[in-house]
Amino acid sequence: MAITRFPARAPGPAARMAGFIAHLRDGGLRLGPSETAAALEALTRVEAQDPQEARLALKALCCGDREEFARFDDLFDAYWQNSGRERISVHPGESAGARNSHRAQEARGFAGSGAGRPEAPDDDSDAEAAHEGEGRLVGARMRNLMQVDLRQLVTPQDIAAAEQVAIRIARAIRDRRSRRKRAHQRGESLDLRRIARASIATGGEPLRLFRRKRPERPARITAILDVSGSMALYARIFLAFLKGLMQADGETDAYLFHTRLVRITDALRDGDALRALTRLSLLAQGFGGGTRIGGNLALFNRNYAKRLVSGRSVVIIFSDGYDTDPPELIGEELARLKQRGCRIIWLNPLKGWKDYEPVARGMAAALPHLDLFAPANTLQSLADLEPELVRL
Amino acid sequence: MAQWRDLQERLAQAGYVASDDLAMALHLSITLGRPLLLEGAAGVGKTQIARVLAAIREAKLIRLQCYEGLDAGHAIYEWNYQRQLLAIRAASEAGEAGSGMEARVFSQEFLLERPLLEAIRQDEPPVLLIDEIDRADEEFEAYLLEILSDFQITIPELGTITATARPLVILTSNGTRDLSDALRRRCIYSYVDYPDRTTELAILAAHRPDIETALMGQIVAFVQSVRKEDLEKKPGVAEMLDFAAALAGLGVNDITSDPAALQASLVTLLKTRRDRDAMPLEVAQRLAGVAA
Repeated sequence: MAITRFPARAPGPAARMAGFIAHLRDGGLRLGPSETAAALEALTRVEAQDPQEARLALKALCCGDREEFARFDDLFDAYWQNSGRERISVHPGESAGARNSHRAQEARGFAGSGAGRPEAPDDDSDAEAAHEGEGRLVGARMRNLMQVDLRQLVTPQDIAAAEQVAIRIARAIRDRRSRRKRAHQRGESLDLRRIARASIATGGEPLRLFRRKRPERPARITAILDVSGSMALYARIFLAFLKGLMQADGETDAYLFHTRLVRITDALRDGDALRALTRLSLLAQGFGGGTRIGGNLALFNRNYAKRLVSGRSVVIIFSDGYDTDPPELIGEELARLKQRGCRIIWLNPLKGWKDYEPVARGMAAALPHLDLFAPANTLQSLADLEPELVRL
Repeated sequence: MAQWRDLQERLAQAGYVASDDLAMALHLSITLGRPLLLEGAAGVGKTQIARVLAAIREAKLIRLQCYEGLDAGHAIYEWNYQRQLLAIRAASEAGEAGSGMEARVFSQEFLLERPLLEAIRQDEPPVLLIDEIDRADEEFEAYLLEILSDFQITIPELGTITATARPLVILTSNGTRDLSDALRRRCIYSYVDYPDRTTELAILAAHRPDIETALMGQIVAFVQSVRKEDLEKKPGVAEMLDFAAALAGLGVNDITSDPAALQASLVTLLKTRRDRDAMPLEVAQRLAGVAA
C-alpha cells in the first residue's frame, strides 16, 4: 500500500505536485506522469497562492469523470490541508487494497479455469482459508462430483438440438453491419470518389463503376448462466446452448455463476466433449446452490467487463432473477454494464409460464436496463428469439 | 482581478452564468490549449456555453453534431463528385490533358469542407463544438483523438493540412456510454450540474428581465423542487426558461393563485407521459405552495 507523503517534508513544488498526483492515483484517479507537468503548468496560469484557485485549476485538469469530480475536493483537502489527513489515510488504503484483491482474484480466476479447478470464493475469507487446507479441498471436490454430474444432466440429443439453435442465433446476432462503407466489388452503393477519378481516363465518362458496401462487423457475445438451485432444471439446456454459441464463433465468452462467478470459456472450448463436461462439472462446484446475481454481476463488471465488453457486445444473461443479494445491486450493476455501450438480453425461463409477472425483486430492478427480456423455458422459445435478436 | 474571474464576468455579461468550476475549466482550456470535456444531464447549458464563448471572443462557432455511424465524409471532408464529373466532361471536350485535369479536379475548389476540416483551416481561432461525442462510436472517438492532438488532417490527393490557428475545442457528453480514458486524459474536464437556486435566479433574471422579482423567486423555487421529485426526465435550464415564458405569457403574477394556468404551463417542464402522471395538479400545487 502506498503511503501518502506528508507535504511539508517534500523538497520543492515539483516534488510536492508529484506527491499530490501520486496521492490522487492512490485515491483511484487515472493519472499518468505527464499530468504532473501539466498540473504544474496549469498553476502558472492562475494565482496559485490562492488555495481556492489552485483547487479549481487542479480539479479541472486532473478529473476525468463525474465520480472523480465529486471526490476531488476531499482528496485535495486531505493532501494540502493537514486537517483531512486521517480520513485519507483510510480512503486510498481501502481502494488500493480492494484493487489488489481484484487483481489477485482475477489471477486466481484464470489459474482456476485454465487448470479446470474451481475459482476461489470472491469475498468469503473463511471459506477461502478453508479451501487452502488441502485435505478439505479434495474432499469437497469429490462430494460435489458425486452429487451433481453434468454428464447425466445433458443428453446427446439435447446437446445436438440446443447447439443447432444456438449456432443459428449466434449468427443472427453476429450479423451486425457497420455504418461505414468499404470498397467492394458487388456492393450496394456507388463509390463516387473512385468513379470520378477513374473517369478522368475516359474523358469524363464514368465507364467503370466502383461499388461500396457496409462491411460486417461481428458482435461479440458474452453469456452469463445462472446455475443456482432454482435454475437447475433448465441448466442442461442452457449449457448445451452455450456450447453451441461457443462453436459458432471464436470470440464468444461464457461464464456461469451460483454463489460465485466462474469463467467457463476455456472449458467449453475443449475439443473433447466428454472432457469439457468433466471440466465443467468441476467448475460447477456448488452447482444448484443459492444465487448471488448482484454480487456476481459486480464481480463480472470489475474483473472482466473492462477488457471484454464493448459497444459491440451483446451480453446474454440466463437467470430467473431470484437473488439473495439486495435487488438494488442488480439494478446498479446492470446500469454500470450498460455504460459500456453493450446490449443486454435477459432470458428468463419463468417468463414462459402462464401469467408470469416479473415480481422477483431482483428481476423488477433489472428490467429498466434490459434491451430484451424474453422467455427461455423450452428449446422452441430459444429458437423463436432469432428474429428479435436480429432486430437489436 | 484573476483572469478566470474576468472570463466569468464576461460570460455573465453575455447572459451565461457559469459556476466557478466551469469558469476555471474554460480558462485553463483556453490558456493551455487543451480541449474541454463537459459532462452533465441534458438541458444544463453545455451547448450554450460554446455559443456564448464564441460570441464573447468574436470567434466563429463551428459545430459538429455526433451520431452513431458518423463517418469521415460527414465529419472531415468530401469531394464534390457532381462538380468533378462535370468539370472532367467539360475539360475533355476542350481537349485538356489527363494529368493536368486530375490535379485540377482534386484541388481545393472541389473540396467540400465538413466541420473538422473547416475548424482547422480558419485564420482566426474558432470555437469548435463537438456535441454529444458519446453518440459517435468508438472508432470515431479514436480518430478524433488524433486530430485533437496534432490539429492536422491528411487528404490523400492534397496532402496534409495543418491548423493555422488552433481552434478552441469543446466536447459535450450526456454519458450514454463511457468515453475512453485516452480521450478523458487529453481533456480538461468539468461536470455541469443543474444550477443552484441563486445561479438559476441569476440566469432567469438575465434572460427575462421583464418578470417581477417575486414571481421569479417562485418559478425558480418551483422548478428546483420539481427536480427533486422522482422523474424520468428532469427539467433543465431551457425548460425553466420556457416555463417562465409560459407563465408570463398567461399573465400570471403568483403561481399559487391560478391552478389552471400552472397546470397548463407544466407542459413546458414535463416531457414524458409518465412524468405528467407523476405530477397531478395536487402535487404541483403543493410544490407551488411551498415555493411561494
